[in-house]
Amino acid sequence: MDTTLIAQGLLSGVLFGGVYSLMAVGLTLIFGVMRIVNFAHGDMMVWGMYLAWLLATRLGLEPTVGFALAAAALFVLGVVVQRGLVDRVQDAPHEMQILLLLGVGLVLENVALVAFGPDPQRAPSGLSRITLWLGPVFIDMARLVAFTVALALTGGLWLFLRRTDLGRTMRATADNPYGALVVGTDVRRVYATAFGIGAACVGAAGALVSPILPFSPSAGLPASVASFNIVIIGGMGSLPGAFAGGLIVSVAESLGALFLAPSMKELVSFGLLIVILLLRPAGLFGRRA
Amino acid sequence: MSASRGPLLLGAATILTLLVLPAVLSSYAVTVFIFIFFYGYLGQAWNVLGGYAGQLSAGHAAFVGVGGYATTLLSMHWGLSPWIGMLVGGVLAAALGAVIGGLGFRFGLRGFYFVLLTVAFAEVCRIITLNTEAMGGALGLYITFTGNPWQLQFQDNRAYYYVALGLMLLATGVVALVERSRLGAYLVAIREDEDAAEALGVDTFRYKLCAIVLSAFLTGLGGAFYANYLFSLQPNAVFGIPLSVDIIIRPVIGGAGTLLGPLLGSLILSPLAEIARIYFSRPGWTGLHLVVYGVLLIGTVLFVPQGAYPHLRRAWTRRRSGTA
Repeated sequence: MDTTLIAQGLLSGVLFGGVYSLMAVGLTLIFGVMRIVNFAHGDMMVWGMYLAWLLATRLGLEPTVGFALAAAALFVLGVVVQRGLVDRVQDAPHEMQILLLLGVGLVLENVALVAFGPDPQRAPSGLSRITLWLGPVFIDMARLVAFTVALALTGGLWLFLRRTDLGRTMRATADNPYGALVVGTDVRRVYATAFGIGAACVGAAGALVSPILPFSPSAGLPASVASFNIVIIGGMGSLPGAFAGGLIVSVAESLGALFLAPSMKELVSFGLLIVILLLRPAGLFGRRA
Repeated sequence: MSASRGPLLLGAATILTLLVLPAVLSSYAVTVFIFIFFYGYLGQAWNVLGGYAGQLSAGHAAFVGVGGYATTLLSMHWGLSPWIGMLVGGVLAAALGAVIGGLGFRFGLRGFYFVLLTVAFAEVCRIITLNTEAMGGALGLYITFTGNPWQLQFQDNRAYYYVALGLMLLATGVVALVERSRLGAYLVAIREDEDAAEALGVDTFRYKLCAIVLSAFLTGLGGAFYANYLFSLQPNAVFGIPLSVDIIIRPVIGGAGTLLGPLLGSLILSPLAEIARIYFSRPGWTGLHLVVYGVLLIGTVLFVPQGAYPHLRRAWTRRRSGTA
């Protein structure tokens, strides 16, 4: 196999991995703090895509700027969903939580279908016409910017969790919700914020890929499943795990597309998922349960 | 009248009504009933594993796909009648169920981890089928209509009605037997508290495996009906997650882990899908019925987590004891 092709595959895998990481970081934050798996995660991402698309087509706003607005809107949506719905099943069996969020996902997906129709869209962006050449390999500017912004957001979240009071409170609640409650933490507020931030992350990820890949309302479930893949491979609830998992899965998929066939790329990540589920369910970076 | 004979008589009356109903129904209404029966059947098959044993599978589409593809390929290449092919399809689906369950339960996957394992296997099946020319690849398989009953194909829509009704009654009979058996008691014990069941000496691995194999077998039979009713198999449609969600949602809303819950759920939701398909198909309306599904699912989880059937039953007994 041509080394240039492999280098190109690796590069585009890494670049797309930034967005994968951001998706997974949102999911793992929600899971880490409140032990809830957000089955509507991908559908929230789709709303991030459509918001960026609306901003780009109606107001001419570049998705690289518009992502901030999309993320803010998704933060609000996340808080509303947590406060209004998820909070009521916080102590219910996992199955009930999963079904509830599947319901939320169905509503989000199909409201998008009613509002925007089934045809694939792509947000217009001046960046996607710029290509950088590094010797024989090329870099698509929109991908490079998406990667950089996704990386910056993940880093920012990491700092937020480490350095700020609210972030520390969040980690404390994740470690021991009862203990946090005892020392006077407003656990409900922490939960709502965590869900909001998780939704904002995936919304931003959606906005950032909106100029790169065409999307339609049905893109939600596959995106949810891709996020599940990554967090399981990285380790549920682990932020570094989700970050590394995003890069690993993306590179594995892009090499899979190269060596097998483009339509087989997901086979690599699902194969990896099954192996990890069976042999190391805590993930590559997670603590053993 | 003794308390136990009432429901039996009611059941017999319902079945008799359903048997003569096609005589007066319009062709369109027959179609709606076929979907009610068929999704009731799939929901009932799911119910064994997801309802009684409490192991949430979100990959049941895999069994529909395996059953449908096996039946169709056997019929296309070897001329095997789908009536026999569907048994082969069921057995293959059961074998896939045994692999998923064998791995998942042996390695102790529970809750979300088991859900994800079922999804992963269904997706692997979908991607393999998409990329296998011998299975029709991305184009899928198309079945030529012969109208030959031996090919599980009928000129008259009402014949499908009876086949679908038969399937639904068969599955309900099987579940009724399971419910009354030792197996059913063990499955419910596993659902309620797996560790306690294990501590009492229940071989939880073995019974969960029984549940997934039985559930997969029945679902696989359903795949054969799917193929010969819709005349086409598309990998994304038969192996996709949306079909799995379609299968789950009816028993959950009707009442998972109850005998009649999946049928009630299908009675509530399937006509909605059909009505939506006809009336909401203009642009701007597609997807509206799925919004309603989502809202119903959310409402069920929040307000009637046991599903509709237990509530209906309680209301029924209260009214009877009130009048007695």
